Parts: sequence; C-alpha cells; structure tokens
Amino acid sequence: MARELPYIGAINEALRLEMARDDRVLYFGQNIATTDNDPFLSEFGRDRVRTTPISETAEIGMAVGAALAGYRPVVELYMAEFMLVAMDQVVNEAPRLRYMTGGQVTVPLVLKAGYGFTAGWAGQHTGSIYGMFMGVPGLKVALPATAADAKGLLATAIRDDNPVCFFHHYLLTLEPGEVPEGEYLVPFGQAAVRRAGGDVTVVATGAMVGRALAAAGRLAAEGIEAEVIDPRTIAPLDLATILESVAKTGRLVLVDQATRHGSASAVIAAEVAEAGFGSLRAPIRQVTALDATIPYSKPMEDYVLPDEDKIITAVRDVLGVAATGGRAAGAPG
Amino acid sequence: MAGTEEPAGLDADRLIWIFTQMVRIREFEERVKATFTEHPGVIRGHTHLADGAEASIVGSLAALGRRDQVMATYRCHGYPLALGTPAAAMMAEIYGRATGLCGGYGGSMHLTDPGRGFLGTSGIVGQGIPQATGVAYAAQIRGEGQVVACFFGDGAAKQGAFHESLNVASLWKLPVVYVLENNGYNVVTRAEQEDANAAAGEPLAVKARAYSMPGVTVDGGDPVAVHREVAAAVARARAGLGPTLVESTIYRLSAHGNIIAPPGVPLHFPEHEAVEVFGAVEEYEAAKRGDPVPRTRATLVGNGTLTSAAADQIAESARAEMAEAVQFGLQSPFPRPDAAVNFVYA
Repeated sequence: MARELPYIGAINEALRLEMARDDRVLYFGQNIATTDNDPFLSEFGRDRVRTTPISETAEIGMAVGAALAGYRPVVELYMAEFMLVAMDQVVNEAPRLRYMTGGQVTVPLVLKAGYGFTAGWAGQHTGSIYGMFMGVPGLKVALPATAADAKGLLATAIRDDNPVCFFHHYLLTLEPGEVPEGEYLVPFGQAAVRRAGGDVTVVATGAMVGRALAAAGRLAAEGIEAEVIDPRTIAPLDLATILESVAKTGRLVLVDQATRHGSASAVIAAEVAEAGFGSLRAPIRQVTALDATIPYSKPMEDYVLPDEDKIITAVRDVLGVAATGGRAAGAPG
Repeated sequence: MAGTEEPAGLDADRLIWIFTQMVRIREFEERVKATFTEHPGVIRGHTHLADGAEASIVGSLAALGRRDQVMATYRCHGYPLALGTPAAAMMAEIYGRATGLCGGYGGSMHLTDPGRGFLGTSGIVGQGIPQATGVAYAAQIRGEGQVVACFFGDGAAKQGAFHESLNVASLWKLPVVYVLENNGYNVVTRAEQEDANAAAGEPLAVKARAYSMPGVTVDGGDPVAVHREVAAAVARARAGLGPTLVESTIYRLSAHGNIIAPPGVPLHFPEHEAVEVFGAVEEYEAAKRGDPVPRTRATLVGNGTLTSAAADQIAESARAEMAEAVQFGLQSPFPRPDAAVNFVYA
C-alpha cells in the first residue's frame, strides 16, 4: 500500500524501519537527540542514537571505526558541505580500507547529507558537490529525486556493505509523493525512466528531475516527446538504460544542478560520447549550473541555475527546431 | 590477542615474552632495512620502521586482553608481529606479493589483521585516531568489556582528528587508551618547533587536561614502565571510566622513512634527522646508547629473569625466523595484474 508522505518523512521512515530491523544500525550527528523526547532516541536508546559535537572528522572517522567493528552507522551531516571538513575520512579512508587490506574488512556506513539548498543560503550551503565523490572507487552515491526513492534508496544504502553518500535535495524536503508502506528497497544502479518519449533523452538528477519533467510537459505541447531518465544513483551508474534510450532518440540533454565541470552530467556525457556515438544525431547538450559559486541575491541565483526554459532551449537545440515549434528546415531526422 | 584478560603484573614468562617480541620486531625491521641494499627494487614506495619503539609497542600490547582491539599508523610493523601475525605474511606484503597479509594491496603502511584484533592503520597522520575511537564506541555498545588501544605519534597530536576524538571519547567515556608515541620528530621537524607544550617545556601528555582525562608520560624505552601505565589505563577504560592519554617517550633509531625519490634512484634509509639535518650527532649517539632492546636484555639478564645464553637463543631464533620471512617473500609470486580490480566494493 502506498500513501503520500513528504520526502523528509520518507527518509525518516526508512531510517526508523532499518534501525528496528537491525540493531547494528546506529544514528549519530550534530543536533539530533538532544532531549529525551527525540523519537529516535526514545525508540532506540542512547547507545544507538547520539548527538555529537561539531566534529565532522570525529563523526565520520568514528563511523568508519564502528563499521570496522561490525556496526552500520548512519551519520547525520545536515549539509553536504560539512563533509568537506572531513574529506580525508570520506575519500581517503572509508572507501579505501577494504581495498588496501585485500578485502579483510568492510566499511558499511551512510553519510546522510542535504545539498542544493538554493533558497538564499549563498555560497557555502548550496552546493551540488556529489560530482567530487562519484569518481572515488569504493564510494557509492545516491541522489533520490522522489519521496519513494528517498525511502527505498536510504534503506538500500543502510544495508549496503560499502560507504554510501546519501545526498537528499533540500528543495525537495517537503515535496509529497506516493511512498510504499513497510519494507521498501530501491536497488542501486538502476535508473528510473520518469517519462517515456522518442524524440530526445533527458537525463536529470535530484530536483532537476522535476524541472526536466515540467519542461517535457511544455515540449509535449509542441509535439516533442522527451524521455526523462533519473539515474537515482550516480555510483554505481546505470549507463545501459541511458544508452538504450539514446539509441532510440539519437539525442541527449543532461540536466544537473552541479557546476558544469564538477557535475555528474559531464561524466555521463563522456560515457555516452564514447559508447553511444554512433547513435547520436546531434551534439550532447549539458544544462548545468554555471561555473560560479551560488550567489545570495535571487536574480543572480536564478541566473546560474538550470531552469525549465534552459532545458527547453537545449532540447530544441539538439532537435534543430525553432522556438515557435516545428522542425527547422533541413534539420536531421 | 596476546595477553591475559586482566594482567596484574609481569611474571618471568611474561617478561621473557615481551623481550622476545622486542627482539623479533627489531630483527624484522633490520631485515626490511637490509632489503633496500640486498635486494634493490623489491620494496617500493615509502616504508617506516619501528626500531626504537619496541619496548613501547610490546609493553603496551602486553597490557591488553585477548579480545581487545588495536589501531595504529603507517609505522605499523611492530604491532601485528607481537599480536601473532606471521612475519612471512608481513614481509611478503611489504614485498608486494600475492601471499602478503593484504594480498599486495596495501604494502608496508597498511598491515591489517582483524582476526588478531589489529583493525588497521591510516597512512595519513592522525586519521586513525577517530577510527579507533569509533571502534571503542562499538565496544561500549557491545558491552563485553573490550578496550581499544590507539597508537599514533607526536605529529598527530597537532591534528584536528586527535582533538576532536579525545573530546568525544572523554565526553562519552569510551573504552580507549590513546598511546602517543613521542619520538621527538615529525619527519624532520623537532617537537619543540611545532608543539606548544613541547616549546613550553611541558610533556605532551598535558593535552589530556583539555579534555578532562588523565594524561601520563612514561619512559617508552622501559617495557615494564610502559606496561604499568597502559595497564592502569586499560583497567580504567574497562571499568567504564573513559579514556587515558599515555605519552610514551621513545627515540626512533632510523630516519622517518626511506628516501622519497623518483624512479631510477635506488631507495635507501638516510641517516636519522638528528644527524642528517641538525648535525646533532651526540643526541643520536646517546639515543643509541639507550637502545631499548639491549637495555631490556641487560635488565632481564641482570635481575636473573634471563640467562645470557637464553637471550642469545632468542636473538638467534628471531634471526632465523626473519631470514625465512625474507626468503618466503622473495620466492612468493606477484599478484595477477587483474586482481587490481578486486575488493573495490564489498
């Protein structure tokens, strides 16, 4: 049975269910469980639910240690940028220990962090920094775009035997969606086709999925059918679903809130250029944030971010159609 | 894990065990060092030796119980040897062989043997400290009385990871003993050049006061003294009273590591930084005179715990064991190249 829950409610439900299912799951971080009224604390106790000092290196490093010792910690990091304070533990410790020990240890942990809070938080709390983690061998990266995926991907992350960055999008926090009740797992490495279409493939992540779907709705009124694909996890990346779609449409637009050269879309574009070049009938287009720090003032913030109009322009561009609709004379296929 | 659950003191057998492990570690490190000249090219990258730290390492580990756990740094050859890891598997790892302790994936800096309680190391200064603290958090939850020994150097005590970890460990009363092996040098920088306490003439153990935990300083060249302090800290941790910072003053007898050189330059160990950089020949000579291995031998022979003949026999056995480890390493096959893509994910 599915019922509607906000994205954040779905995240909390997954965490609660996994903690109830497996008493090795721990939950700690800053500013959680500071009173006995905390629902996680009252249900699971002080051993498993703890507030920490503002000490990201200790929080994440301790998660690594607890994982080495058989537990499955979930670290509440609030903001993805706070991980930057502890980058060694995230990039150079957690994902490498299994490898460097020849498989003698596992490090199952979840780094739960919000990102993309482009609502006037200015330069240091708004980044979409997942791109810098997707190329780290040993790390997995989940980017839920819907409430159901938020639940299913977090549950999968907690059960995974590897370190997982679970990045939830702050702009989606209260976004409602149908969410299955009870145990619900979304496998890693399986993209979701959010909308079927034969004219162009649009790959979007996180909150950009909604923007891509809105743009696709407007394009449909012009007779352009976009296929919108949400990778859901960028490590592992379901390249097969994207290539299959591109084989059908011959055109690819990528929508990513990250800055262009730090985006997941740049990697996906390169993979498609290498493996799917023969299918492409137009150059790949990327609609990303501009290569700038996110500005505070709204007109400037809007300017640097992908939006529906930019997506529509890119789609028309790869199709070679004019803004008024209809295919331009001489445009291919 | 070596040791008994609650070591009350050190009887003759235990003292001989300590001395034996010290000799084995020294001999192992001598063979590693000699490999650079006897078998050039066999050891790659960067290797750090524990010579000079043997009394501190073994005295500390002797205070642990069978189920206790250990984490350390890239200067990691001593701990697993004393915990029972076969020297041959360690040497083969350092030689990059498939038979190595970590299958050739880690090398000298990342020796790990979880089955013997050695949960691993970090190659990055100070970064193993929060991990060991997390292992202690796990031990606290498990509630079976396990204690974690966390080894690191004086340089690490300036890392945020150290300070963040000690704060949490004391706040949560975690069962962890922080053993700060103060060898006086962070690579080529002397402690008083980079540590406010050292510059003020204070021991580094005073850092414990900032985190409301006991801090003690002990002569790391005396395994009995080290054992006494670490055992007290272990007992405190096991009783649920929280962590202790034990500063163990040692003198590393080799340079920080072998030279860092581009391909084509044969790797070797330079002179110790005291000599090479500071020209402090007398400081280094004094450290050699205080070498904990002959010092411990003299003590044990002097007080009748050990005969000279028995001590010679221990040294002879260690020589044979480590010579065999070298041969095992040299004769072992390399990993298949395509094994490089194993173990990326669990």
